[in-house]
Amino acid sequence: MSYFSDIYNGVKTLLTGMSVTGKYFINARKEIITQEFPNNRATLKMFDRFRGEVVMPHDENNEHRCTGCQKCELACPNGSIEIIWDRVIDEETGKKIKAIDKHIYHLSMCTMCGLCIEACPTDAIKWSQNFSNSSYDRTQLTKVLNKPGSKIAPGVKDKE
Amino acid sequence: MNISLSITKNIHDWLFEVMSAPFATVVENVLIAVAFLAFFALAGLLLVWMERRIAAFFQLRLGPNRVGPMGLFQTIADALKLVSKELTGPDKADKFLYNLAPYFVIVASLMALSVLPFSQEFHAFDINIGVFFLIAVSSIGVIGILLGGWSSNNKYSLIGAMRSGLQTISYELSVGLSILTIVVLAGSLQISEIIAAQQAGGWFIIQGHIPAMIAFMIFMIAGTAETNRAPFDLIEAESELGAGFHTEYSGMKFAYFFLAEFINMFIIAAIGVILFFGGWLSPFGITESIPLLGIFWFMLKVLGLIFLMMWFRWTFPRLRVDQLLTLEWKYLLPINLFNIVLMAVIVWLGLTINF
Repeated sequence: MSYFSDIYNGVKTLLTGMSVTGKYFINARKEIITQEFPNNRATLKMFDRFRGEVVMPHDENNEHRCTGCQKCELACPNGSIEIIWDRVIDEETGKKIKAIDKHIYHLSMCTMCGLCIEACPTDAIKWSQNFSNSSYDRTQLTKVLNKPGSKIAPGVKDKE
Repeated sequence: MNISLSITKNIHDWLFEVMSAPFATVVENVLIAVAFLAFFALAGLLLVWMERRIAAFFQLRLGPNRVGPMGLFQTIADALKLVSKELTGPDKADKFLYNLAPYFVIVASLMALSVLPFSQEFHAFDINIGVFFLIAVSSIGVIGILLGGWSSNNKYSLIGAMRSGLQTISYELSVGLSILTIVVLAGSLQISEIIAAQQAGGWFIIQGHIPAMIAFMIFMIAGTAETNRAPFDLIEAESELGAGFHTEYSGMKFAYFFLAEFINMFIIAAIGVILFFGGWLSPFGITESIPLLGIFWFMLKVLGLIFLMMWFRWTFPRLRVDQLLTLEWKYLLPINLFNIVLMAVIVWLGLTINF
C-alpha cells in the first residue's frame, strides 16, 4: 500500500513547496534584496566589513599615524605598496628617525587581502567603504596615501 | 450587440463583395495568418517578459525594469539584438535539416494556435475534431527539436533531442488521456461545443468534480512536461547539456525556438482553460451579454494557468530521467486510466454537478 501513501506524500510535499515559494512571491515587493545601483549611488552605504580600498586617515591638523616602518610593504604579497622614506631628526630627542615621504598604493595590483592593515603596528592605514573604484586611466589607480604636506602625529612611535 | 461577431463578419462580407470568391478566400486567409503571426510574436515577447519578472519576484529580485515602463520593452530590445546577430552554425552540420528545424517548431505552434477560440464566434478554425487536432499538431513540434538536435552534429544537442523525444512520447499519453476524460464529459471533440456544454451546465472542473480535478492535475503536470519546462527541462538541462538541442543555434533561429517554447506554454494553458475552465465564458455568466469581453476572460484565465506553470518552474528541482519515466508510467498513466473509468461511471449515473 506504499503506492498510495507515496502519491499522498508526493502531492503533499509538492504543495508545501509551492506554498513556500508562493509566500515569497506575495511578499516579494517588501523584501527585494537587490539594489538599483547607478540610481542610488549617492545614498548607497557599504557595510563596515566591506573592503573598498586602503586609505590613510588624516586628522584635522593634516597628521597621519604612519611611522614609515615598512611592515605593510613587507606584508603585501604582490607588491601593491611602495614606501619612499627618509631620515629626519626628531625634534625632542635629536635622534635620526624614519619618516615617510610618499606612501604609494597601487589599487590595480591590490587583491584586498588586508594583510597590510593587519601588519600595521600603529593603525595608520585602514579599509575605506568606497565602491566603484574603476577608472578609464590606469595611472589613476596608483595613489599616494599621505596627503601633501602631512606629517606624523606626535606621540606615535614604532614599538622597538 | 455582438461586436466581435460583427467585426469579423463585416470584413468577411466586405471582402466577398469587392473580390471574386476564390481571391477573397485567399486574401482572408492571408489576413488571418498575419493576425496570428502578429499575435505569436507579441504574446511570445510578453510571456518572456512575464516569466522574467515573475521569476525575479519568486527570488526576491526586481527583474528587467529599465527599458520602458516596468521593463516591458526589454524583450523587444532582446529580440532586436537577436535579429541583428550573425547566424552561425557548425561546419559539419546537416545544413538543410539544421535550417529546417526552427520552422517545424514554430509552424507546429502556429497551427495549434489557429484552433483556439478567443471569444464567441471569434474563432479562426472551428473544426469538428478540434481537440484531437490540437493534440496531434502540438506533438509535431518535437520533430523540430529532434531534427535540430540531430543535425547540429553535437553530442549535447543529440542527447537533449533524444531526451525530448522520450519525454514527449511518454507524456503525450497522459495529456491525451486527461483530455479524453473531459471529452467523455463533453461528448464532443469540437471546441465550440465543449464550451457550449460548459455554458449550459457550469465549467467542467465543477461539473465533473473529483475526476475532473484529478484530470486537471494530471493535465497540468503532463502539459508542463510537454512544453519542456522545468521541472521537466531535461532537454535543456543547463548543468548537464549546455543548452540542449539549441546549443548550436544563434540569432533569429535561436529566437524561434525560444518564442515557440513560450507559445507552447500559452497553448497548453489555453487547452487547459478550454477544457476545464470554460474557455471564454465569464464566471457565473456576469458578462454574457458582451461577447467581446470573452477575449478578456479567456486571456485572464490563460495567464492564470501560465502563472501556475511558472510557479512550478521556480519551485521544483529538475527530475532525473528515471524519475521522469517513473512518474509517467507508474503513477500518472494508471491513475489516468482509472480516472477515465470513474468519469465514465459518473457520466453514466448522471452524478455530475449541474446548475
